[in-house]
Amino acid sequence: MNRFLGFVKKEFQHIFRDVRTLVILFGLPIVMIVLFGYVVTTEIRDVEVGIWDRSMDQASIRATQKIFSSGYFVPAGYLEREEEIGELFRSGRAKVVVVFEAGFQKHLQTEKGAAIKLITDASDANSAQLAQTYLQGVLMNYFQSLNQNINVPWSVNLHSRMFYNEEMKGAYMFVPGLMALILMLICALMTSVTITREKEFGTMELLLASPLKPREIILGKVTPYVLLSFVNAMTIVVLGNLVFHVPVVGSIWLLMLECMLYITLALSLGVLISTSAKTQQVAMVMSLLGLMLPTILLSGFIFPIDNMPKVLQWFSAIMPARWFIVIVKNIMLKGTGFAFIWKETLILLGMTLFFILAAVKRFKIRLQ
Amino acid sequence: MTTAPEHIIEVKEMVKKFGSFVANDRLTFHVERGEIFGFLGANGAGKTTAIRILCGLSYPTSGEIMVAGHNVYNEREKIKRKIGYMSQKFSLYEDLTLSENIRLYAGIYRLGRREISSREQQLLKRLDLSHIRNKLIRDIPLGWKQKLAFSVAIFHKPAIVFLDEPTGGVDPITRRQFWEMIHDATLEGITAFVTTHYMDEAEYCDRVSIMVDGRIEALDTPASLKQQYESKNMKEVFLKLARS
Repeated sequence: MNRFLGFVKKEFQHIFRDVRTLVILFGLPIVMIVLFGYVVTTEIRDVEVGIWDRSMDQASIRATQKIFSSGYFVPAGYLEREEEIGELFRSGRAKVVVVFEAGFQKHLQTEKGAAIKLITDASDANSAQLAQTYLQGVLMNYFQSLNQNINVPWSVNLHSRMFYNEEMKGAYMFVPGLMALILMLICALMTSVTITREKEFGTMELLLASPLKPREIILGKVTPYVLLSFVNAMTIVVLGNLVFHVPVVGSIWLLMLECMLYITLALSLGVLISTSAKTQQVAMVMSLLGLMLPTILLSGFIFPIDNMPKVLQWFSAIMPARWFIVIVKNIMLKGTGFAFIWKETLILLGMTLFFILAAVKRFKIRLQ
Repeated sequence: MTTAPEHIIEVKEMVKKFGSFVANDRLTFHVERGEIFGFLGANGAGKTTAIRILCGLSYPTSGEIMVAGHNVYNEREKIKRKIGYMSQKFSLYEDLTLSENIRLYAGIYRLGRREISSREQQLLKRLDLSHIRNKLIRDIPLGWKQKLAFSVAIFHKPAIVFLDEPTGGVDPITRRQFWEMIHDATLEGITAFVTTHYMDEAEYCDRVSIMVDGRIEALDTPASLKQQYESKNMKEVFLKLARS
């Protein structure tokens, strides 16, 4: 029997006989996708809105109808006094209250214009901000459509379009981010743990004293993870497409190649971690704290890089995930070819080589 | 360096330094083909360092070292094919079955498929473990694991087997049986190089070397060592040497 294949087979046996490993490998991507898709969302849906209409004329009633027919908001009740606003927020029955001033329609026709007050419950700042933006959008649209009939010579009609994500779907943002995160987690965490496990159990010594060459041992240990991670990457793409309708506009082959590059990078990082970690626990903590958190926080996956302080922006530049996300978004959403992502690819390639060399060097030092 | 053919291991002036710390200080000794060579010493005396060099797991700082006719500096791959190794820690895979462990190691040493099957059957029969060959290692008692680990280490019929404290944590009866297995292996022409903490085990060795602070302080048969140091048993010999 080919001794390398025998070794790879043994690694697969380790994986398929360990429930924890299996859960992380196959359960995690699916759970994450569902979580991000349905729970952690940047879209708003069915936000409760209270209305305090002090005018009750045709214009204010039409505007109210517009709000509730937009699909984003549901009525939480009609208020009659100012004190009711606080009550409504405290009881949690509404997130936003819209106040139409008295004499709304009359003011609308004057030069000064009519006023609407939007009051939001900002104890949850993110949703408040989102709801406010959406409400403004709905109202602006409505009043602009009114103006069109009047034909004011100096009015500007602002048309905005969101290219590559016309409906502002959160899934477009999190599917590439999740790919970066999950591949990093599985490749780096799992390989660093599986290699340190051999050290901890003393089997590494035995392998090193055998005719297997160190590179055969390392390759044999990572090969199953290359295959399984690749399957995972494709699962995320397929799930993203079927469940959240995230398209792959560009070349699927290019996407696969870039995934392989990123997987190789993450694996070499895992091997590098395993050369300095003595136990599985240490390897796990190093991978989680050293890789997972920065990948989530600094890669631009959730928080925009441009809004970070300069120092963190530099940090973000050494996050492999940052560049991978750019690549994936370009291929999946914009459909661009290699010409537009060669720079990011080169950066990933450089990082991969660096980690491999560092891992080999550290591994040799350990053998001295 | 010329090596007498009956010397399976030949070590001359072997030095291993870690920074300024000298772990092995000019060790010179040889091991004869087919003998049980006991390599004794207190914790930190430098035993494991030496055994790792002989197995090709680390490089010496200086010295001439030949193992199974090959140089440890540039023929480590050849050495590794001719040796077996069992470390202090237990060294089979817990989540593989007995049979899978045997086949994995046999595959690493590139034994043929048919040869693996027949030797596996023989081995399991001899250890009386045939009925549990498909059990996971984690489900069998420590003593059995240890015996199996040794059998796996000599499965490819190496010229030398290195045993680094192989009997740690095992009950006296199993230890006894384990030494019988080592003895049987030498009858098949395998040389055994054993480190141990248990001084009663030193009596089973053909020759014994005792290391103190990185140096070999004594090397002879157990009988003549006891005579030289006017001791009743090896434990006394060891204590006299370690304290001097």
